[in-house]
Amino acid sequence: MTLLLALILLPLAGAVVVALLRGNERAAKFAALAFSLVELVLAAVAWIVYDPAGPRLQLTSSVEWIPAFDIRLSFGVDGIALVMVAVIALLTPLVLGFSWRERIPTGRTHGGFFSLLLVQQALTVAVFATTDVFVFYVLFELMLIPMYFLIGGYGGPQRQYAAVKFFLYSFLGGLIMLASVIGAYAYAARATGQGTFDWARLTQILGDAPLGVQVWIFLGFFLAFAIKAPLVPLHTWLPDAAEQAPIGVAVIVVGVLDKVGTFGFLRYSLPLAPDASQVLAPLVLVLAVLGVLYGSLQAFGQVDLKRLIAYVSIAHFGFIALGIFAFTSQAQIGSASYMVNHSIATGMLVLVIGMIIARGGSTRIDDYGGMAQVTPLLGGMLLVAGLSTLSLPGTNSFISEFLVLIGSFATRPVYTVLATLGMVLAAVYVFRLYQRVMQGPVSGNALIGAAGGPGAATDPNLLARGAENASGGAYRAGIGDLDAREIAVLAPLVVLVIVLGFYPEPMLEVITPSVEATMSEIGVTDPVTSQGGN
Amino acid sequence: MGVTTQTGAVILAQQSIAPPPIHYSAIAPVLIVLGAACLAVLVEAFVPRRLRWSVQVGLSLCTLVAAGAWLVVYARGEPMGLTTLADTLAIDTPTLFLWGTLLVLGLASILLIADRSVEPGGAFVAESSAAPSPSPRAASGGSTGGTATSIAPAPTPAPARATASVAEMRTEVFPLGLFSLGGMMVFCAANDLLTMFIALEALSLPLYVMCGLARRRRLLSQEAAVKYFLLGAFASAFFLYGLALLYGYAGSVELSAIADATAGSLRSDTLLFAGLGLLVVGLLFKGSVGPFHMWTPDVYHGAPTAVTGFMAACTKVAAFGAILRVLHVAFEASSWEWHWVLWTVAVVSMVIGAVLGLTQSDIKRMVAYSSIAHAGFLLIGAITLTDEGLSATLFYLLAYGVTTIAVFGVISLVRTSEGEATHLSAWSGLAKRSPLIAWVFTFLLLALAGIPLTSGFMGKFVVFSAALTAGMAPLVVIALVASAVAAFFYLRVIVLMHFNEPAPDGPTVSVPGAFTTAAITLGVVVTLLLGVLPTPVLDWASVGGFVS
Repeated sequence: MTLLLALILLPLAGAVVVALLRGNERAAKFAALAFSLVELVLAAVAWIVYDPAGPRLQLTSSVEWIPAFDIRLSFGVDGIALVMVAVIALLTPLVLGFSWRERIPTGRTHGGFFSLLLVQQALTVAVFATTDVFVFYVLFELMLIPMYFLIGGYGGPQRQYAAVKFFLYSFLGGLIMLASVIGAYAYAARATGQGTFDWARLTQILGDAPLGVQVWIFLGFFLAFAIKAPLVPLHTWLPDAAEQAPIGVAVIVVGVLDKVGTFGFLRYSLPLAPDASQVLAPLVLVLAVLGVLYGSLQAFGQVDLKRLIAYVSIAHFGFIALGIFAFTSQAQIGSASYMVNHSIATGMLVLVIGMIIARGGSTRIDDYGGMAQVTPLLGGMLLVAGLSTLSLPGTNSFISEFLVLIGSFATRPVYTVLATLGMVLAAVYVFRLYQRVMQGPVSGNALIGAAGGPGAATDPNLLARGAENASGGAYRAGIGDLDAREIAVLAPLVVLVIVLGFYPEPMLEVITPSVEATMSEIGVTDPVTSQGGN
Repeated sequence: MGVTTQTGAVILAQQSIAPPPIHYSAIAPVLIVLGAACLAVLVEAFVPRRLRWSVQVGLSLCTLVAAGAWLVVYARGEPMGLTTLADTLAIDTPTLFLWGTLLVLGLASILLIADRSVEPGGAFVAESSAAPSPSPRAASGGSTGGTATSIAPAPTPAPARATASVAEMRTEVFPLGLFSLGGMMVFCAANDLLTMFIALEALSLPLYVMCGLARRRRLLSQEAAVKYFLLGAFASAFFLYGLALLYGYAGSVELSAIADATAGSLRSDTLLFAGLGLLVVGLLFKGSVGPFHMWTPDVYHGAPTAVTGFMAACTKVAAFGAILRVLHVAFEASSWEWHWVLWTVAVVSMVIGAVLGLTQSDIKRMVAYSSIAHAGFLLIGAITLTDEGLSATLFYLLAYGVTTIAVFGVISLVRTSEGEATHLSAWSGLAKRSPLIAWVFTFLLLALAGIPLTSGFMGKFVVFSAALTAGMAPLVVIALVASAVAAFFYLRVIVLMHFNEPAPDGPTVSVPGAFTTAAITLGVVVTLLLGVLPTPVLDWASVGGFVS
């Protein structure tokens, strides 16, 4: 069994164990955490074992599944998939840690919740790791089921609506992709006499396909990934899903699940339909820039904290799509690393906002104000996450966004200039959020309510200590700053934000060969050779 | 008089010259089923009433197992396709696969029909002549006058149940089911149109009766039976008229003779296409393909649930078996002239099934519309006219049939004191009350929706890939969109079961008896196996085409 298979099967085994233990809440939680930490170690080992200079796909394994269609359970990672697997392995224990004390709807257990999260982790790792197009489709659809139950079973008041919307959008996209998957198989069967779903072989066969065939195949994949990523006209499921999902699940949705879309662009859309993706690139670029601007403006206008994050993500996915379809290796490296950095930055932002909501009990921005006076550490964390989100130099996202913009400018100056506006808008919505929630006088219904009455609000010190001196400990909790568990959850992310901001080399080293391989598969060379010095 | 004698003598003379050879080993499964059906009639007549149920159940199950065993032994000898009984029956690989499918589905249906623990005394009427008297009407809750009377027996439910269980169910349903199954087996093996017509009647007439046998909701059940009978009679008439026109066209009712006639002759195309059209209408009606689906929701709703399962699964297999054979054998050469018509029919069926399914509030009607949508998918496979399309459709039929029977098995378990709770609102919060049943049903619904790792997905995949290879890309895209739309109403039930609070006066889930448990388990296991390891069945389904 390869390391990669272990990475897929371990969370599944963990899910079973946790589900069996769900009667005992404590044991179930620790079991889930233990499994996710072992997974993280395995992912680290995989990163070390992976050889950037080696073959395109590594840690490969392949077992026959349905020989009638030459379908094989093949797995293997390139650099882009590897970093995504690492991100999942990193985020899952943090999400478990965050959700440790989440309120769970009555009749449900933490065990069930954590078990579903582990299933989700296993399927997501497998989606990134598979190298068989059919198996990719299967996992792409299967991935929806645990997420559907996570949102629908554990989410907010409108969770049924959000869960069904999420499922139907993705399912529809997946089915359209299925048409392309079968179409690719049928074309291979006609062209070579032997149909196949093997990614590498399909890439070779379809690379020479006539444009007419490629366009249809491209459109099928594109629709699925554009819904998943999501690009703008197809994005409406994400704000609902992010708003209604529990915070931990929202981290997974915007941090990992959506990356399947952008990953799909790089891994499937471009190599399987190289000519069509260049012909149709303007379509994608328009949607990408639209996404950047629309997402940023929407984020600016949101009154709900969780919906705001969803729109921030939509704007960032626009950047990623822009970089991918600019067809320069710089921009694509930028996009691939942005996928990681966005997971870290937005994941952290969601977690911090989850901690704010856990204190105030409200998701409306209006219900907060001046929180930094009471919880300075939490305020600082929101600032770090926010700065990383707006790609301040010195944070991890900067390098990615910079690469995307500079790489795209070489081929697509107009789109790039328009997208740059998004950076400006990002500063606006991030600082506006920070200002309204953290700065100014302590105000807002949520804070005052949580602290125990209007009297507490006037005095920040009183607020912090939860009015214990006012009424003899009647208001036990008050609004405390971050506790040890929360610090443990956020600390790794803070470290990564800063380390990757100053020293992104380890990640770029892994990503670059894979991106360059993708570029050569498409048959595109960088327009200005002197720039290709990454 | 003299003429009659003369013709009789001619026929006798021909028979004495060339008696048609009969391959008894090949047609043994049909003979076993039909023979057992006759035996079951005798059992009904001579065995004492208290023993009848056990004897009938034993006989039916043994018959199906014996026929299945024979079929397996015969098929393992890798027989060549052959025609027998003077070329009226064609026993080829698709026939054997369809027979196997029918026997498996028949077995599951008989298990559901035989169950007496869910509904005390069985789901079938105690006296088949029982008119809908006021009290059963009250039990159905269908009439306003009945509401008042239904309150009256409520304080004393125990004696009422006791009397219900005393009245043993009538057991005609077993011979009827066997006759119908025998008819279906002949139907999909028939190599000439006349045999096909007789088989059509043999499979339909018992079904009409079975639909009217529900113990509860007598009016609905009888209405369903009458509706099915009347519309079925129309469909038979269409079929027969089409047969007559085709005879006029080809001068023969044999499929191969029609095929020869279509290949480059100067005969009347009007006769051919009018005949084909009428014939296909009759077949599509049986397969509940839209727009010939009008009977489906009412009959599925009114018939006893076990019979609905039998009808939904087995009739569909038989009808599509016949459609496949007719199209492949007789009309392949003329396909470029008619395939647009069936393209349209497939699209209409998928759209009707998917869209009208969204508006249903009764679970049995919802499954009925789902079956109409599935019929559209099946038709796509049937009109590819390629070997991949053939094997894909056969696979889809097995997958769909097994899942459907299990679905109806679960539906029969969710009950209030007044019988099955088929209204969707009654299903809310089911996962809290009986998680196992809710998860089983969720799995089956996901299979109907076509989620990977279920047989429903593999079925769709093989059908769509065959269709795409045959150059039917637009149809495939429409089918995929229809699948996505249809997924909504399956999801709605899943949402109801898992994420809603249970209604305070909601239904209880009966503890299934051994028979129902067996049927549902069979359905779930096969659904999963065909989704995860489809290879053996795909191989069986794809070893050869039709002979004629």
